[in-house]
Amino acid sequence: MASTTLKKRKKHIQNPWGGFFFVLPSIIAMAIFVYGMIGWTLKFSFSNRTSPWKRDNSFAGFARYTELLQDPEFTHAFSNLLKFTIVFMLGTMISGLIMALLLEKGIKGEGFFRSTYLYPMAISFIAMGTSWRWLMDSAKGETATGLNLIFNKMGLDFLQNSWYTSVSGSMFAMALPAIWQMSGYVMALFLAGFRGIPDDLREAARVDGASEFKIYRHILFPQLSPTFLTVLIILGHISMKVFDLIYGIASKGYVTKVLAIYMWQVIFDFQNYAKGAAIAVVILVMIAIVVIPYLIYVNKTEEAK
Amino acid sequence: MLKKSKLVVALAAVALVASTAPAAPAAGNLEIFTWWASGGEALGLAGMTTEFTNKNPDTTFVNASVAGAAGTNAKGVLVSRMEAGNPPDTFQAHAGAELSSYVKAGQLEDLTSLYKSEGWDKVFPAGLIKTLTTKGKIYSVPVNIHRANVLWWNPAAAKKAGITKAPATLDAMIADLAKFKKVGIDGMALAGQGDWAIAHLFDYVLLASMGPDKFNGLWNGKTKWDSAEVKTAIKKFQTILSYGNASKTLDWPDAGKLITTGKAGFFIMGDWASSQWQSEGLKLGKDYTWAPGPGTAGVYQWLSDSFTLPKGAPNREAGLAWLKVCGSLAGQDAFNPKKGSIAVRKDSKPALYDSYLQAAMKSWKVDTLVGSTVHGVNYGNAGMSALNSAVGKFYTGGAKDSAGFIKGLKAAYAADKA
Repeated sequence: MASTTLKKRKKHIQNPWGGFFFVLPSIIAMAIFVYGMIGWTLKFSFSNRTSPWKRDNSFAGFARYTELLQDPEFTHAFSNLLKFTIVFMLGTMISGLIMALLLEKGIKGEGFFRSTYLYPMAISFIAMGTSWRWLMDSAKGETATGLNLIFNKMGLDFLQNSWYTSVSGSMFAMALPAIWQMSGYVMALFLAGFRGIPDDLREAARVDGASEFKIYRHILFPQLSPTFLTVLIILGHISMKVFDLIYGIASKGYVTKVLAIYMWQVIFDFQNYAKGAAIAVVILVMIAIVVIPYLIYVNKTEEAK
Repeated sequence: MLKKSKLVVALAAVALVASTAPAAPAAGNLEIFTWWASGGEALGLAGMTTEFTNKNPDTTFVNASVAGAAGTNAKGVLVSRMEAGNPPDTFQAHAGAELSSYVKAGQLEDLTSLYKSEGWDKVFPAGLIKTLTTKGKIYSVPVNIHRANVLWWNPAAAKKAGITKAPATLDAMIADLAKFKKVGIDGMALAGQGDWAIAHLFDYVLLASMGPDKFNGLWNGKTKWDSAEVKTAIKKFQTILSYGNASKTLDWPDAGKLITTGKAGFFIMGDWASSQWQSEGLKLGKDYTWAPGPGTAGVYQWLSDSFTLPKGAPNREAGLAWLKVCGSLAGQDAFNPKKGSIAVRKDSKPALYDSYLQAAMKSWKVDTLVGSTVHGVNYGNAGMSALNSAVGKFYTGGAKDSAGFIKGLKAAYAADKA
């Protein structure tokens, strides 16, 4: 039995088509369900299909996109998304890096801390959204609950705020649970990056009399740059697509509306399919701007190897 | 060996695709699509189902309910199924303009003849039939009526503030809000989560401030959104909001708790609040009580769940049989006492209902009927969404930007008529 499978395996390696047929189903599925659907969405976004009863699929050029630019709700959702992305990415990177630095030395009970930090990722967005909605309750003073109550009890009343219900700060507050959830994951990535750097390098630097700060600044961080890039890409595309977290906390509320929520609303509530498709394309392009240069970069470095 | 496992994988993949595609119900099935999946709603539905299976023992009942979010999730699934030409035999929707997109898309069957043959044109109130009729045709069968303009309050909390009876006018209510504030109780319970409950309050303020005729004019263009009446209503709305609870993040059951625990004075909410509280073991008249929305006594602002017959329904006969149960006295009296709403029919038996619902049944027969905007009667989905957004923007912005609010309300009107 063992020998026959070995023989068969050998035969397969010799025949390149075997591998091809093995991945063929996924290629076909990808072609239809990813690229085909993208093409379909694109076609819709350039059409006149703006209501369920006018079955008008004629070509409209960029009409839907110029409509979006004049739609105050769209620009509101867009700027919300930008604010969210900036705070979320910076916050997650910084806190993830700090946690990785703390664990990187191999402290006692590292395994425990690692899983504790990583644990928020295991919670579903909706469950998390509901509890953060309670935590970020906007009542202050005597009726305060959640975080505001904690501040109140600690005598830090000046820290109480209206969280995601304040017009200017809504998205900064909304980034908080997202940072809380994702920074453990970023920590794991950085930790893996640190562990991938051979100890000899540090030792050599120490022998040469470099301070700990200099070791990090000149030896370790430069080696981490591929990790930084990966983290940036992962966080970037998560942020652009964010939907469930915000829906879980504030549902379709105006003040925290982002592109994905507005898209959903336009398609299913307004049943304006063409406009919804246009918003989907905008999200796709934003993600592509983040991801494609990275893919090119990875391909180039792989080739170089 | 390897080939076999490949085959298995391929088969599994096919099976997966096949199982996720909605299976077409076999003949003799009734597939019904609702968002009633839990609590009193599910119990009420079960009551109607029993009624249906007694009358149609050969038809299998398939309940395709999609739970959650007051129907928003279900609407998403339904829209895609209708677009794909794969409709259920009947689906639930709010009666009124919310159905208009399906009607305009030609996806629903005209049910006018059913109203005649079943005699519903006689037992349903004329004002309701008028609202349900689009260009001489009726496309849905309402099973229940909820009232939106109800003031809920806690007698114990009111006593503390020196209030012994419900205010009769909008201005009297505002005066009472100040009394609550004096004794350290928030005047109005506000549920900011998702904007719609604030829009619900605004809908009531509009009605109370300008009266039913002007209010009805808002949805057909006869009353202008930048008119003096709307501006007055917005001013009163601002005042009322200023007496609200500080938290802008509550869901409506949480805001309701402020009333039943005596932390807030008044709550404007539909009468589903009552059945929610009763399911929590609270007593009507003791733990909470009600009055018609101040300034709207004699006006019944209604909303209604209704069922339809989509064109191309796989089992049209079963769909029709279901609609007959929906409109029948037995069906409505099986459903409504459990759901906490009243029957549409004027001949329903009051003994089955609690004291609030009995009073509501009396008003339903004699009051002026106006529709609820936030629950699908006056606006379609697009207008409703845009109105909720406008209210949400105004409310979270501290209720200051009246000019911007009016602009948003006008945009909502335009979105609805687009």
